[in-house]
Order: sequence, then C-alpha cells, then structure tokens
Amino acid sequence: MTTVFYRRLLREYSPAILLVLLILAVWETVSRLGQIPPFILPAPTAIWSALMEERGLLFGVHMPATLLEVLTGFALSVFCGSLLGTGMHLFRPLAKALYPLLIISQTIPLVALSPLFIMWFGYTLWSKVAVVFLTAFFPVVVGTYDGLGKNTEQYRELLLTLGANRWQILRKAAVPLALPSFFSGLKLSVVYCVIGATIGEWLGGSRGLGYFSRRMAGNLQSAEMFAAVVLLSALGITLFLCIATLEKLFLKKRGRYS
Amino acid sequence: MINIANLSYSFGAASRAPVFSGISMKVRRGEFISVVGASGCGKSTLFKIIAGLLEPGSGEVSLHGQPPNSASERLGQVGYMPQRDLLLPWRTVLDNCLLPWELKRSGSKEEAVIQIRSMLQQFGLGDTGSAYPHELSGGMRQRVAVLRTIAAGNELLLLDEPFGALDAITKRELHRWLLELWSGLDKTVLFITHDLEEALLLSDRIYLMTGGAGGGMQEFITGLPRPRHHSQNYEPQFVALRQDLELKLYDNRLL
Repeated sequence: MTTVFYRRLLREYSPAILLVLLILAVWETVSRLGQIPPFILPAPTAIWSALMEERGLLFGVHMPATLLEVLTGFALSVFCGSLLGTGMHLFRPLAKALYPLLIISQTIPLVALSPLFIMWFGYTLWSKVAVVFLTAFFPVVVGTYDGLGKNTEQYRELLLTLGANRWQILRKAAVPLALPSFFSGLKLSVVYCVIGATIGEWLGGSRGLGYFSRRMAGNLQSAEMFAAVVLLSALGITLFLCIATLEKLFLKKRGRYS
Repeated sequence: MINIANLSYSFGAASRAPVFSGISMKVRRGEFISVVGASGCGKSTLFKIIAGLLEPGSGEVSLHGQPPNSASERLGQVGYMPQRDLLLPWRTVLDNCLLPWELKRSGSKEEAVIQIRSMLQQFGLGDTGSAYPHELSGGMRQRVAVLRTIAAGNELLLLDEPFGALDAITKRELHRWLLELWSGLDKTVLFITHDLEEALLLSDRIYLMTGGAGGGMQEFITGLPRPRHHSQNYEPQFVALRQDLELKLYDNRLL
C-alpha cells in the first residue's frame, strides 16, 4: 500500500526534482569556477551555510514576524472578502457598485501607495497588514462571489419549488456549491499574502524575512539575502499546501478526490 | 386538480413574439399526462410557470379548484423535477431525500427518516441510503431524484424529461420501475418527453404542444387500460396508437 503510494509520488514528482537538482548542480559549478563574484550570484552551498549560520535569527525573529503579518492579513482578507462576496451575491446593487471599485483597487501599484500606509499606521504590524490585505482580499472576494453565482441557478429553482426562502437557498445549496471556487480564491490569496508581507517589510520596519533580505542585499551579503528568499518561498508553499489539504478535507465527500 | 386557461408567455418585452400562446389544459386527480412537442416550443417554460418559477404573460393557472393565483403563491405547492437530477453531491442519498423536510420542518426528524427509508425500500433503493450520488448509476440517481420530488409531499408532480439523458436500456428499466410503482403512488403527474413510445406507455392522455403565436394544445387519449406492462409496446393496439400519434404530429407539422 505505502510502497505503491511512494512509487506514485516518485513518478509524479521525479521530473521536477531532477530538473531542480540539475539547475542546482549547474549553478554550483558556475559559482565555483570563480568567474562570477559571490555577491552577484552566491553558490547554493553558500546559501545553505548562510541559512544555517543565521538560523537563530531567521527562525527565531524574522520568520515569526512575517508569519504573524501573513496570518493576520490572511484572516482579515478571508473574513472581509467572504463577507463582501456574499453581500454582493445577495444584493445586486451592491455588486454593481463595488465590482468596479474592487478592480480599480487591484490596478493601483501598491508600492506607490504604501508610504501612505506608513503615515497612517506607522512602522507597526498594521502598516504591513494593510499591504497584505490589499493584495490578498481580492481573490477571496472574486472566488466567493463567482462561486456563489456559478452553476447555482438550477439548484436555486429546484429549492424554490420545494418552498425554500433566500436564506435556505444560500445555506443549503449556494454556499456548498461555492466551496471549490472559494478555495481556489484562498489558495491564490495565501500566496499573495506572503508577497504582500514582503513588500510591506521592504517599505519600512525592523523585523521580518522581507526586511532581512533587503538589509542583507544592501550589505552585498547575497547568500544571506537568498537564504531569506528561500524561506519566504518555503513559507508560501507550506501555506498553500495547508489550504489545499483543508480543501481536500472539505470536498472529500463529493467524490472528486477519491 | 389543475386548470390552465389561455396561457401565453414571451421572453423579455411583451411585444416580442410569444414562446407559446393559447395554451389550455385540464388535469384530473390521479392522471398521468404527457406533454409532447418540438424542441423550443416552450414545454419547460410551461412547467416553470405551473411550478411558480415564472409569471405568465397572460392567462390563468388554478390549482386544486381554487381561484387562479400568482406564480409566487404556487412555489412549494407543486413538485418539480428538472431534467438533471440535481442531487446535492455532498449529501448522502438519505440526506438528499430529507431536503424537502429540512426546508419545511413539518413533523419530527425521526418520522421523516422512517418515511424516507420506507420509500427507498419501495423504490428499490433500499441499501443506497448512505451512498453518495457519485457512487450511483445514472438510472439510480434519477430514481432518487423522483423520490425526493415525491417526498416533498405535493400531489401534483411536474417531471421535465426525467429519463431524457439516460441510455435506452436504463430507460426501459425505469419505465418498468415506474409502471410497477405507479398504482401505489396516488399522485398526479405531468410529464415532458420527446419519446413517443414512452409517452404512450406511461400516460392516460397526451397533450401535443405547438409553440409560437398561433399554437396551442391538442389532446390525444391513449385509452390503454391499467395496470400496464412494460412490454405492452409490442402489442398491435399499441403500435396502431403510435402510428395515430405520429400522424397527428405530422398533421400539426410537429414532426
């Protein structure tokens, strides 16, 4: 049973793993030849040893700081985003009024706007959370709103003929039908959260992996910078996998994942 | 049971050509009535009006001999089953069938569960109560959908091509199933189909529907005695009826 599982896993992911190993090998070789200075392109092994050297600071201080920003921003995005998406689904005028604004909010370059956040919230957690929220709530709203409206018309009619009211239609059919789309939104959102937190820390602050990577880049300590970037990426992947697992648990009964 | 007088409907502005007009029909208690007509003549729209999902352009619908009422008042009074089974994929068969009870909350849950379980038995679905819809065959899902429609407790059932998406063998199986079940059900059924044999085999009367401005309903009485048998369609009387029906459709330019 388990051997079959591992064999399947191997077959599924071995091409990707092989490619990554190949890239790392070429990268290491090029760096060791000494043609490229380490502050331009540090070797993978140098990045690894930087990661080990700074692990106390990285895992003890900066990672928790970034994680707190990400999780706070994500929670806020999910709460406000699903509320807004549901509200827009229930009240057509609200959707018509808000949809254009939502799209405009996504076309504003956040980096340009963030000095304003610093002025409003100072160098606190909340200036970063604001950036995270603005990047991450959009996929949640769209996922919720589209999910509630899609494929639900026939179910809505059926429930109406069974004597259901609006609230019952939402609870018994529309919300469960919206879950796949909602989770797609969450998966996008959680990845955006990490990016948002990094941008937020770049703009000002004293803690976090984004802050650390920027400071190291300023010092030409590229290996340390890369170490922080690797951790940021790992953080994004882990959070994404968490949501994907949650999704599987929720949608398991429908037979799509059996 | 239901009386429909001079019904018409058009999409959008009333000035546009109507989907159908001049539709009148009368259905008595306990009858099985089929509605046959070309695609797009408005059969499904007619059903939606009767179920209360759409308001007709003009004309009247009255249920149970009461004065004619508006569409929204009919919601919840007429059982309606669309072509797709529309079972909720995250609910077991039992929970799907409990949906009508959940929405109305009449009586205790235990009673409802007991009732559904005995219906599942009666419908030949006895051991599927805890299965999920994706674990069932197409024919079984359709049976569950019929059961759910009946479990809503309305006397009048509108079935919109319930067997339309099934393969020929499964369809025959369900005809046999429905004929065996029919006498014990004590329901009144309006049934949309494109299958003439199906219409003749199952119904007491058939309405031929013509859409558009000058259309209307034409009645065709099958006159086959009940109880019926699923292989009756090979008897000469049945074949003659079928020929009659086809001729009539041809005369009405429906075929």
